[in-house]
This record gives sequence, structure tokens and C-alpha cells, in this order.
Amino acid sequence: MLHLKKTAGLALAVALLAGTSAIAQQRTLVFNTDTSDPAPRAAFDQLIADFEAENPDIDVVVNMFDHEGYKTAIRNFLTADAPDLANWYAGNRMAPFVNAGQFMDVSDVWESAGFDDTLASARASMTIDDKQWGVPYTYYQWGIYYNKDVYAQVGAEVPTNWDEFVANCELFKAAGIDCLTTGTSALWPAAGIFDYMNLRTNGYEFHMALTAGEVEWTDQRVRDTFAQWARIVEPGYMTANHAAIDWQDAAALLVQGRAANYVMGNFAVATFMDGGMTADNLGFMPFPEITPGIPRAEDAPTDTVHIPTGATNVADAKLFLAFLGRADVQTKLNAALGQLPVNNQSTVGDDQYLSAGFEMLSNAYALAQFFDRDAPAEMAKIGMEGFQEFMVRPEYLEDILQRLEAARVRIYQ
Amino acid sequence: MSVTQSQSKPQSWWRRNQQALTPWLFLAPGIFMFSVYVVWPIFESFRLSFFDWDGLGTKEYIGTQNYSELWGDRNFIISLKNNVIWLVLYMLAVPAGLFIALFLNQTVAGIRMYKSLFFFPFVISQVVVGLMFSWFYAPNFGLLFKLTEWLTGTGIAVLADPDLVTYGVIAAGLWPQIAYCMILYLTGLNNVSADQVEAARLDGAKGIKMLWYVILPQLRPATFIAVVVTVIGALRSFDLISIMTNGGPFGSSRVLSYYMYEQALSEYGFRMGYGAAIAVVLFGIMMFFIAGFIWKMVRDEKGGY
Amino acid sequence: MFPRPIAQRSRNARILYQVALPISLILWLLPLLGVALTSVRPSSDLAAGNYFGMPSHIAFSNYYDVFANSPIAQYILNSFKVTIPTVIGAVALSCMAGFALGVYKFRGNLIIFFLFVAGNFVPFQILMVPVRDLTLSLGVYNTTTGLALFHIAFQTGFCTLFMRNFIRALPRELIEAARVEGVAEWRIFWYIVVPLMRPAIAALSVLVFTFIWNDYFWATVLTTGASTQPVTAGLYSLNGQWVAAWHLVSAGSIIAALPPVAMFFLMQKHFIAGLTFGAVK
Repeated sequence: MLHLKKTAGLALAVALLAGTSAIAQQRTLVFNTDTSDPAPRAAFDQLIADFEAENPDIDVVVNMFDHEGYKTAIRNFLTADAPDLANWYAGNRMAPFVNAGQFMDVSDVWESAGFDDTLASARASMTIDDKQWGVPYTYYQWGIYYNKDVYAQVGAEVPTNWDEFVANCELFKAAGIDCLTTGTSALWPAAGIFDYMNLRTNGYEFHMALTAGEVEWTDQRVRDTFAQWARIVEPGYMTANHAAIDWQDAAALLVQGRAANYVMGNFAVATFMDGGMTADNLGFMPFPEITPGIPRAEDAPTDTVHIPTGATNVADAKLFLAFLGRADVQTKLNAALGQLPVNNQSTVGDDQYLSAGFEMLSNAYALAQFFDRDAPAEMAKIGMEGFQEFMVRPEYLEDILQRLEAARVRIYQ
Repeated sequence: MSVTQSQSKPQSWWRRNQQALTPWLFLAPGIFMFSVYVVWPIFESFRLSFFDWDGLGTKEYIGTQNYSELWGDRNFIISLKNNVIWLVLYMLAVPAGLFIALFLNQTVAGIRMYKSLFFFPFVISQVVVGLMFSWFYAPNFGLLFKLTEWLTGTGIAVLADPDLVTYGVIAAGLWPQIAYCMILYLTGLNNVSADQVEAARLDGAKGIKMLWYVILPQLRPATFIAVVVTVIGALRSFDLISIMTNGGPFGSSRVLSYYMYEQALSEYGFRMGYGAAIAVVLFGIMMFFIAGFIWKMVRDEKGGY
Repeated sequence: MFPRPIAQRSRNARILYQVALPISLILWLLPLLGVALTSVRPSSDLAAGNYFGMPSHIAFSNYYDVFANSPIAQYILNSFKVTIPTVIGAVALSCMAGFALGVYKFRGNLIIFFLFVAGNFVPFQILMVPVRDLTLSLGVYNTTTGLALFHIAFQTGFCTLFMRNFIRALPRELIEAARVEGVAEWRIFWYIVVPLMRPAIAALSVLVFTFIWNDYFWATVLTTGASTQPVTAGLYSLNGQWVAAWHLVSAGSIIAALPPVAMFFLMQKHFIAGLTFGAVK
């Protein structure tokens, strides 16, 4: 853990002032965060500087963890050495900590700051037992990114529904190009594809019921989803050997024109651009319709900040949460992050992908959190392995569904 | 060991007893650390396996439920199967090491350098070995992929194929293991009695017959150690699976040591009790071999080698 | 000696052998050579698809990049912070324990000895959860100290086995003579036995250094984050960040592997003596 004394200069100034004048008591706020990558880190530095500027008597101490290490570290520091604030995720991802009593109920902050209205789109995913357990500050869209040059090369049109998408795949295959690419060695990209196949085939309510363990995996409707998915898996329209490559390797395929489409989150845009794609040849489209008439729901994983139950400076932590949920704060933070603000009063920058995303999410019927946050951890792991296996050997579908069903029965008792 | 009687001066209690007490004093720190970090945790893991615990909240006693669940757990069966494959194939390291040792057992110029370089793979971390082989097997540009593409037309991505992946990882593990066995045999060969070899040569023995009847019996201590470390290495394999496949694709390369870690401590694993049960099973399997080894060592001790 | 010395064979056999040696070495070290080559390959080559040809130029800048843009220097420092104390601690404890078990006859001697031996073979996973909890409650979780403490305790098993066997082979007369003189036991240990154990201490130090430097499992379990992780666990997380940047992964791997390799080449004799002790009757 690195202790970065934030705004040491400001603290020194205050201390000097305190020396010369009377009281000026400095209160500290300890913030554990995993925003270790350069862009999020800069964004958070600015956020904290702004908070301290508005609240000169509060000093924020940041403990920076690396992104992956944080996921194990949090399981310890919530009990062993609890900070006042901690980053985490919404939905079922926060459930283990909520159920163990390690996150603090912050429904009072939601009420007093009016978040029930302004953060409405994410409210459901922050609620367990009718109480709110943290404040969301950003989310990002998922959809299909495609290579416009490749589309032009084979003479394909942007599809308006799944049938057209599959028809295009034949064109791509004939030209030796992967219609849909993905890299599943880390498993989660496969879940993105499943989420959309299911949301489009059966709708949001069914998908939520499935991830909540209320529907059997052997149900006909689940089979329908896989049947639609099989339409691009069985003829070999997907990248071979995806199980041995990472999502960035697959991104390289899209950049090089060896693949046409990629179901991914908006964070991938930076990688595509780095590889040489431009706003002219990188296209974005919402996942096409499969079953006509189903209202369009989207995956929008949400990042959050929570107060651990073991926090010492609770009052100021709540102040920070109220600050974090504000429209102007979220506008500024997300402009730096390159993602979307949760607050519906915030504004979005003019990056074309962000605007498209914001439009899509604001008009979405509902927002899902992504499979590994909507389903409990163990089910998520088993599910994702099943999706990966289906994409490698679709003939094993029956076996996969039986297995997922057996897991569901055991996990959701 | 005789205790020489001291002179007529009366001895302090310490002086009288120091020979009896000293060993215990010298042993104390070692035994203390070892008990705290090795002996006690084994019992504690056994105890934990009877609980349901997510590592965060309270522990809930559930008796042998973890074990009965294990029995029907498909992933457990796959891991067990993979462990058996590891054990069987890893034993190839012993004859392979012998073969290379025999190949290098000459006194040409620079042979010492060759021996050192052949031993190289053992000195580097398994993480680095795993990364090297991941690169070797990588789809689209890995050496092996290109080779199979050149030979058969379609490249084979070993780590993406559920049927081949375990063998691919075992191959990576064999590389340092063979080096280890090789060095054991090289040392053993150095100490083979030259007289016996000469006598056998005069008798007309050569080649395989010489190897089997004269050399190998003298290499028994080396073979014993080679087998021990190879068995332990096969059952312990964790690093390579973690770095090369994470147990994938969809669990095909999982082994018990990795499955345990996944269940207890990984991103989606919050089941400490279940993980402890898996560890107990792995421990049981290894105890079977450890007991065998210890028994043999005890016999050697008692028999004065 | 066996096989028949090559000098005694035909000239053809000799030539064949001299040719076979370097070829077999290259084949054996092929993965290593490939990675070493990739580590000096410029990233532009990789982007252009030139994976196996001659690099367009030797890009030592890859190594510079690795050091400048990643915490690998910190990882290496952490590895030293874990390894050096472990070597000192394990060797010290095992010298003492080996002395006790090797020189003195007492009830329980063999049992304790075999306890150390058996403990050395147990799978790490059976220790994982309790050791992690213990380290947490001692307050040394995510510190190099916590990791070193565990390693010292665990390596004591293997090291005691080694030292005890070594001491048993030492000539007893010196000890006996000292006892007759009335020398205190601890003096016997410090002034007589320890100097005789120098080769064993050297061998063991080199071995333990290599084992601990290369340890990955406990580094992952007991440490998180760049400020405390040794280079093995660090390489795992860097590998996650440097996807498709094989030139960086290769350079990082080479850097991580260097200290034990250097140790090996400098102290070969001791290294091999340590590993093969007991392989010879």
C-alpha cells in the first residue's frame, strides 16, 4: 500500500495558518482505491483535489492498489484496517460484503442528496434489502464495435437485426474474415456475448430472473438463446482459438481487418485507437434485435464507492459520497475517465462513441450490470466457463446446460 | 557416546545437564517456527474443511457436507484425473534425465559448460518457464503453432484445445524437471565405481546389459531422490497452471492444487471451507507417497544405509 | 567410466558426438533462446508480424522500457527483501536443529527428524488458509516480513534434513576431544562444528536463495500490490498488463530470472552439491 499524502502543500498551509491563528482542526479521510491505471488515476487525483478545495478542513489520504491486487486486498482490509472509503462494484458483486455486514448502509445520503431521482438508473443495482449501500459514479456502455473498412470490403450493410447480422457473417467468412471476434482466456468477454444474446432473445426481466437463480438453465427459453448463438458459432463465424487469447489480442484482429465485429465495452476504444483505428473506420452499434418487439436493455457495468462499516470518519465519508454523486462532479470526473456519468443531470463530452453510448443508455429500457456482477460469484464462474465451452464445442450444449442447472440448484438454495 | 566423568570439582546443575538439555535448546526455535507455520496449519485446515466459510463473515459448521459435495463435483473429478495424468507423465523425467546424463557423461572439452547449460531450466522460476512456453504455444505466431501449420496445414493452439492443454502444460513442467533429474544422475554417475565397470567390461558386458546390471544398481540412491522430487513436483504443480491457463479452457487443465486456490481465494472464489476440503484430499494423496518415502528412509537409517 | 569414453571410439563417432552436443543444446534451450531474442526485438517488428526473423535492430530499449514504465525494480527489491532474511534465518535455524539432531542421541530424535522431512513434502495448499489467517492476525499480511517468516519456517524442514545428514558425516573425534576438555556445548557448536559446516552452509544458502526467489504461490497468497510483491508474482500481474506486448514480457522474464541464474553460475559447485547431497551413497 502506498500512502500518498494528498495536497501536502494545502495541508502545510493550513498547518501554518493553524500555528498563527486559533483553531483550524484538520480531519482525515482514508480512501482505498484501485484506480491505478494512468487515466483513472489522474481523474481521481483531480476529484480529490476538488473535494479538498471545497472542504479545506478535510484531508484525504489515498491508498492506491493495483487493479487486480485490489480484488483480494479488499477481502482483508475491510476487517483488518478499514479505510473510510473504498472503491468497488454494484450488483451482486457487492453482495458478499453487504451480507457480511462490511459495507455501511448509506440510504440516508441517497435521500438527503436527492440521489433517488438523479441516480435513478443505477438505483436498482445499488439496492439490497431496500437499502442503498454505496454511491455509483460511472458506467460505460457495451455494444458492437465494427471495422467499417472491412464492411465496405465485402459489401456488407450495417445490420438492423440478428438475421441480417448472420447473413453478413457468411459474406465475411467467404472473404476469410472472422465475423465476430473475442478473446476468452480471462472468461468475462464470453459473458458479454451471452448477456446480449439473452437480453435480446428473451428480454430484461427474464435475464434478471435467470441471474437471480429463479429460472432453470434447462428452460426452453435458455435453449432458444443458445440456439440463436449457435447460428454464428456452429458455422465457424467466430475467431478460432479464442480460448487461448486475451481480449487485447482479439482487439488486434479487429484493428488489422482480420475480424469484422467485436462485442465489447467502451474502454476498448482506447485500445482500438492505439492500434491505428480512427473515428472514420471504427463503428459502434447497439447489439441488434433478435426477437422482434423486446424492449432494448443494455449491459452497463457500474463502478461505485462505499463506506466500510469499520470506518472511523463516517461523517466526512458521507460528505464525500454526497459530493461524488453531484451532477457537476460526475460530469468532470467522467470527462477525464472517458466514461459516462450516472447522474442524469450531468452532461457528456463530444466523443462520438460516448455520445452514442449516452444516447443508447439513456433511452434503454433497463440496465444490466454484466453477468459476473448480476449473478453470485460462484454461479458467474461456472456460467462463464460454460459459455466459453459452448463457443469451443457447441455440440456439448446439453451437458453444459445440465451442469449449469445443477450448479444453480446448489448455489441458490 | 560416553560421558567422561569430570574432575573432583562439584559441577553446577547446568554443567551436569547440559548435554541432555542442549539439543532441546538448539531445536527449540526450529521446532517452534515449524510447528506454528507447518504443523498447526495442517490440523487447522482439517478443521476448516468441516465448515462453510466465505472468509469474511462467520463460520458455519456443516460436518462432512463439503466432502460429499466434492465427490459429486465434476470439476473435482476432472482435477483428480489431471493430477493422475501429471503423475504418470511426469515420471518420464526420470529416464529422460538419465538419458541426457549418459549423453553428457564424457570428458570432451567444454563439457562442463554444456552440463551447466543443460541444467539451466531448473534455475529459472516456473513463472518464467510458463511465460516462455505460453509464447511458444501462442496461437497465430507461436513457434509450435507455426510448426504444426507448416506440417499439417492448420496450426494447433495447444492451450485453446481442451484435450491437449494438460499435455502442453506438462511438457512445460517436464523441461526443468528433466534438468533436475539429469543433474542427480550426473552426480551419481561420477561416483559409479570404475573398478566394477572395468571388471564388467572385461567380462564382455556392454551397452544395455552394462547399464542394466552394473550401472543402474549403483545409481539407486540417485533414482530414489529423482523419483521423490518428481512425484512431489507433479502433485504440487500450481505455478504453471496459474500462469499459462488459469485452469482453462473451461477447467480442462485444472489440478487439485489450483482448484483449491480458486475456490478459496480467487476473484470468484469465496469458499474457504470447501477449498480446505480439497486441500485435505490432496494432502491425503501426497501422504500416501510421503509415507512410502519416509518408510524407505527409516529402513535405510536403521540399516545404517 | 560409462558410457564408453568417446576418445576410445571411432573417429566418426567422435565427430558425431562433437556435432550432436551443440545441436542438442540449442534444441534444449530453444524456448529460452526464443524469449531472449524476442526481448531485444523492437515492438515495431512485432506489430509488423516479424516474429522469428532477424530483428530489424537490437532493441535494448525494451529493457529500459521495462524498468522505466513498470515497478519491476520495486519487485526485484522486494524479492531481495524476502530472500535474504529467509536464507539467513533458515540456515541459522537448521544449523542449530541439525546440530541437535546429528550430534546427540535422545529419545524422539528420529521422530523429530522425520517430522521435519515429512513437513517439507506437504502440498502448500493444506497450509494456505491457516497461514494466511495467521499472517493477517499477526499484522504482517502484505509485508515482506510476513512472507519471509513463513519461508523461514517452511524451509527449516528441508534445511534441517540436509544439515543433520552433513553433520552426521563429520568426524566425531573433535567433538569428543572438546568435551573431554570441558568445553561448553554451545562453544563446541560455534567454534568447532560451524566452521566445519561451511561448505554445507554455502550449498544450502545458494539453494534456498534460488527456491525462495522463484517462489510464486506464497507470494500470491501473502502479498498484494507492487510495494510488497516479489518479482514472480509481479511478473504475473505485469503479464496481465502487457498483453500482446511480448517484447516486454520477454524482457521482464529475463530480468526476473537473472539473479538465480547469476547465483547458479557463480556458485555452481555449491549449488550442485546441495541438490545432489544424498544422491550419492
